[in-house]
Amino acid sequence: MAKIQLNGKKITIKPKSSVLDILKRYKLDSRKLAIECNGFIIPRTNLKKTILKENDKLEVVHFIGGG
Amino acid sequence: MGKLKKDIFKIDKTIIKSRLIVGTGKYKNFKQTAEAIKMSGADMVTVAVRRVNILDKKKPILTDYLNPKKIIYLPNTAGCFTSSDALRTLRLAREMGGWKLVKLEVLGDKKTLYPNMIETIKSTKILVKEGFKVMVYCTDDPLLAKKLEDYGASAIMPLASPIGSGLGLQNKVNIALIIKQSKVPVIVDAGIGTASDATVAMEMGCDGVLVNSAIAQAKNPLLMAKAFKNAVMSGRESFLAGRMKKNFFAIPSSPTKGII
Repeated sequence: MAKIQLNGKKITIKPKSSVLDILKRYKLDSRKLAIECNGFIIPRTNLKKTILKENDKLEVVHFIGGG
Repeated sequence: MGKLKKDIFKIDKTIIKSRLIVGTGKYKNFKQTAEAIKMSGADMVTVAVRRVNILDKKKPILTDYLNPKKIIYLPNTAGCFTSSDALRTLRLAREMGGWKLVKLEVLGDKKTLYPNMIETIKSTKILVKEGFKVMVYCTDDPLLAKKLEDYGASAIMPLASPIGSGLGLQNKVNIALIIKQSKVPVIVDAGIGTASDATVAMEMGCDGVLVNSAIAQAKNPLLMAKAFKNAVMSGRESFLAGRMKKNFFAIPSSPTKGII
């Protein structure tokens, strides 16, 4: 098991989980999101091959109402 | 009316049908947001980038109510106080759906939400280099507005007065100077309080106005959205029509010849 941060919250994940695995776990649709890992954007095509490791910081963002 | 048909509003290469751009914040719910936008006739809306609420999966999302394929999303950097935060936000926005046309705002002070022009200019330069088409929220300083244009801004967006204040156009002279000197569209952003403020801005020759609070915080947002639609159209037509000359003394409207 590995501990990572997802949007500021500590979560535990299975070893060798990919970013896509995490999105699936939280039922998040990657087409409507953008994802950053440790400050670097993960292109949509790399979600599956990006494997998370201990202490990684994942940020998942989307559009909300704003002026 | 032939001339009006050719009155095309274009930012970079994007043609925008409505000169009223609206924000999507501060509404009661997404349903009201969508209804107000429909009433406003706007085809471009500003949106913010924020963390997904991972714990509440059933929470409604904006894209379910406003289809980004039918309405132009203009990602903004609201809430960013540094150049690096703004750049990060817009790069994420671009990743989300390929948005290159974006609104940059780098704030300098929490109380006034006044733009930090040093960070704004810095960000503009970088974003332009990265291929973004940047619409820039800025102070009403004509010199800085010119600098932004020189650095490749796609539109200049001076504030009418502080964000969300509803104080209307507080420095018409500066806005007029910016309109006069700019070759890219000038869009008055922030501080518009009511429909007539938008008309005045448009009559002065602004290319568009961006409104959020004045619609969202009206007692009847849907009716106010419609009022703004008409106000912007009236202002634009009035500008194109060219106003009459001002005179100090009265000039009768009826002929003086043949008075009985």
